[in-house]
Amino acid sequence: MTAPLLDVQGLRVAFGGKEVVHGIDFHIGAGEKLALVGESGSGKTVTALSLLRLVQNAQVQGSARFAGAAGGERDLLALSEHALRGIRGKEIAMIFQEPMTALNALYSVGDQIAEVLELHEGLSKRDAQAAAVQLLADTGITEPERRARAFPHQLSGGQRQRAMIAMALACKPRLLLADEPTTALDVTVRAQILDLLSALQQKHGMAVLLITHDLNLVRRFADRVAVMESGHIVEQGPVGGVFGAPQHAYTRRLIDSRPTRDVVPPPTTDAPPVLAAQGLRVTYPVPRPGIAGWFRSGAFVAVQGADFRIAPGETLGVVGESGSGKSTLALATLGLLRHDGALEVGGQRWGAGSTQDRTLRRTMQVVFQDPFSSLSPRMTVEQIVGEGLTVHSPELDRAARRERVLAALADVGLGEAQFPALLDRYPHEFSGGQRQRLAIARALIVDPSLLVLDEPTSALDVTIQKQVLGLLQRLQRERGLSYLLITHDIEVIAAIAHQVIVMKDGAILEHGPVEQVLEAPEHPYTRKLVAATVAG
Amino acid sequence: MTSAVPTVSPSPGRRAWRRFKRNRLGFWSLVLFSVLVALSLFAEVLSTDKPLVVRYEGTTYFPVLRDYSEKTFGGDFETPADYLDPFIRKRITQGGNWAVYAPNPYGPKTLNYFASSPNPAPPSRENFFGSDDRGRDLLAQLIYGFRVSVLFALALTVIGVVLGVITGAIQGFFGGKTDLAFQRFIEIWGSMPELYLLIIFSAIFAPSVALLLVLLSLFGWMGLSDYVRAEFLRNRQMDYVRAARALGVSNLQIMWRHILPNSMTPVVTFLPFRMSAAILALTSLDFLGLGVPPGTPSLGELLSQGKANIDAWWISLSTFAVLVITLMLLTFMGDALRDALDPRKTDT
Repeated sequence: MTAPLLDVQGLRVAFGGKEVVHGIDFHIGAGEKLALVGESGSGKTVTALSLLRLVQNAQVQGSARFAGAAGGERDLLALSEHALRGIRGKEIAMIFQEPMTALNALYSVGDQIAEVLELHEGLSKRDAQAAAVQLLADTGITEPERRARAFPHQLSGGQRQRAMIAMALACKPRLLLADEPTTALDVTVRAQILDLLSALQQKHGMAVLLITHDLNLVRRFADRVAVMESGHIVEQGPVGGVFGAPQHAYTRRLIDSRPTRDVVPPPTTDAPPVLAAQGLRVTYPVPRPGIAGWFRSGAFVAVQGADFRIAPGETLGVVGESGSGKSTLALATLGLLRHDGALEVGGQRWGAGSTQDRTLRRTMQVVFQDPFSSLSPRMTVEQIVGEGLTVHSPELDRAARRERVLAALADVGLGEAQFPALLDRYPHEFSGGQRQRLAIARALIVDPSLLVLDEPTSALDVTIQKQVLGLLQRLQRERGLSYLLITHDIEVIAAIAHQVIVMKDGAILEHGPVEQVLEAPEHPYTRKLVAATVAG
Repeated sequence: MTSAVPTVSPSPGRRAWRRFKRNRLGFWSLVLFSVLVALSLFAEVLSTDKPLVVRYEGTTYFPVLRDYSEKTFGGDFETPADYLDPFIRKRITQGGNWAVYAPNPYGPKTLNYFASSPNPAPPSRENFFGSDDRGRDLLAQLIYGFRVSVLFALALTVIGVVLGVITGAIQGFFGGKTDLAFQRFIEIWGSMPELYLLIIFSAIFAPSVALLLVLLSLFGWMGLSDYVRAEFLRNRQMDYVRAARALGVSNLQIMWRHILPNSMTPVVTFLPFRMSAAILALTSLDFLGLGVPPGTPSLGELLSQGKANIDAWWISLSTFAVLVITLMLLTFMGDALRDALDPRKTDT
């Protein structure tokens, strides 16, 4: 074996005396694709950033020997800031998760790429611009010359990430650090970006260090994989070996975290559907340009004419990419958005009067995606979970309310045994998964028959995601709940839904039982979506 | 103390208070300021021309609480006793009689007819900080002036905060046309010439502290309402507000229980700065003669006296010192508060 391109030995990173990376070793050969896998907080991003010493206020120890093009091995961690600046962007480039914030909003994309070329390659302005257009063309962006003059906000997420890649590859680096390069993108775009990275990697013969939490990505992309857990590399080796015969318990758990289907078919009753929509349509007013905008505003159709029914005990999955109108659909069914068309909750309509609306609210509750913004940081667990009771059962006294709150918390697997004085705690003391359980408890306490789940697991780590899905499945079995599940993740749909709706640009493209839609999709878009998930 | 629930971490408010306490300058500014305000609240005991207790020929008198005529202490007239009169002073301290005077034996309006030097008199054993051009004791003026300023500022701040929070909350929460209408109203209202109105009104009505409070309050809420509006606009989009709506919580409850506690950071942060701005406003109006009615002890009036009597350095110097110290304490507190409430700061 030839000497590795990058050889990291005993890397330790600490913030203010608190160590987050505890002495890890790994190496990347020239032209090799290594994936660093781990959940949030495992230290994988910090590891990559500290290689280029891009983390502020961090104490970094160990060595990272890099065989640069300039000849000779150099320890990245011991180089002077000045020498390191020559390596950053030129020999080791980086792409980030969120291309919108990684690009400067005030310069055109072409200018930003050209700047790198002027800086590192000493090209003239004119040559750099031409080279920038060529680089953009290499990334498969349509109309590269026009895109080069575009500003970041004028590009779509996928185009921005392509522009980022073009910028990173401008100086033909020998190593590319890719930090969750596809996480912020839609599934169908994810596959494209990954293919692009593979193609470019082969073309330039560069090495890639891919940082991700997504095992599908690793399977599809990497040669070797290193699994990180709370600052340690617990296992590394060729992808086939690690995935085929995982040695470490954590790796097994990670691989095992694919959501499993464990649902019973909805009971066949003659009971009316808990939710029925006929021609549900939601529009947003958008300002019109010019003087006309003073008097009238245009309308943006977010959901155009959706028809669906949810029977008791049934899960309807709504799948679509960002901007497809699926979250709008959820808010409209909750009666939180003005909508047209017929929408009946348990045979009743929204807006018939405040008393009726309040009883309707009781039958229908919601769990949101982000467990950090969905709980008020200044309320205790008792106040958060008990709020529904103060609205719907004002006759309960404090002791009775407490009892119900504790019962609801126990239902979602949070108990006083785990958390002493659970009721007096504030949300910031809980992890993401626990917060999501709190949010579910808040919804369950009023004993609804339908839960609207708006991306309930997409902000969670994979192992936690599996637990929360398991909890939702158990609650459905025990209580006969119906779910309206909004998600972008086909795997979640496959695990929990009975019926599926596929949405794109506010329209329903396909609607049917989950087996039929996922296994024999009719619409080309659904086929693309399913293929991207299975492969990517 | 052993706590029964050792693992529970304190509420966000309590953690902010801890961070505030860790800022020594801010914390001790708060302590010192509170002590000064508390002392000034007892000004009637600390600085008054009437003795606190008098023992005269076997009877105990409390001149601070009641007026006694000169005749009570062997004088010739029915008029209230002037305890600075050397004759009375002699009567009530001679033989078995005794009297306890206040630490600073002058009230805010006391004119000492028996002063040993012409007015304004420099600092001496008679007047610790000297006297002003009307013969009133400067220390007494400063104590009462400080109290008026602080209480006025406190009242103005409270009214401004209440009005600002209410209007900001309504604009931010309901948004849309309500917001639009309110914003235009604020723009029109904010472009009224405040100072001219004050001058006009002080010509029409008899000047008083209450009138001043009303006039300044009419304009003082606008700055804060913008911040509260922005916070409400941001927070009403949060998922926890949506979840509360889905639960059927009423608008008022959502504003009060969910959004308001999460929108108070700019309000609390600005409190000390608003107070120092209010003190400055009152001082400058008094300086211009548009402020409190004549005779009310006030720092601004003292400053204008200092300007008129530039050679009586003790007037301007001590007033200036009181103002600077007050405003500095408030600024230090404000800085510490801002740091304590910064969401990016952690407890470590």
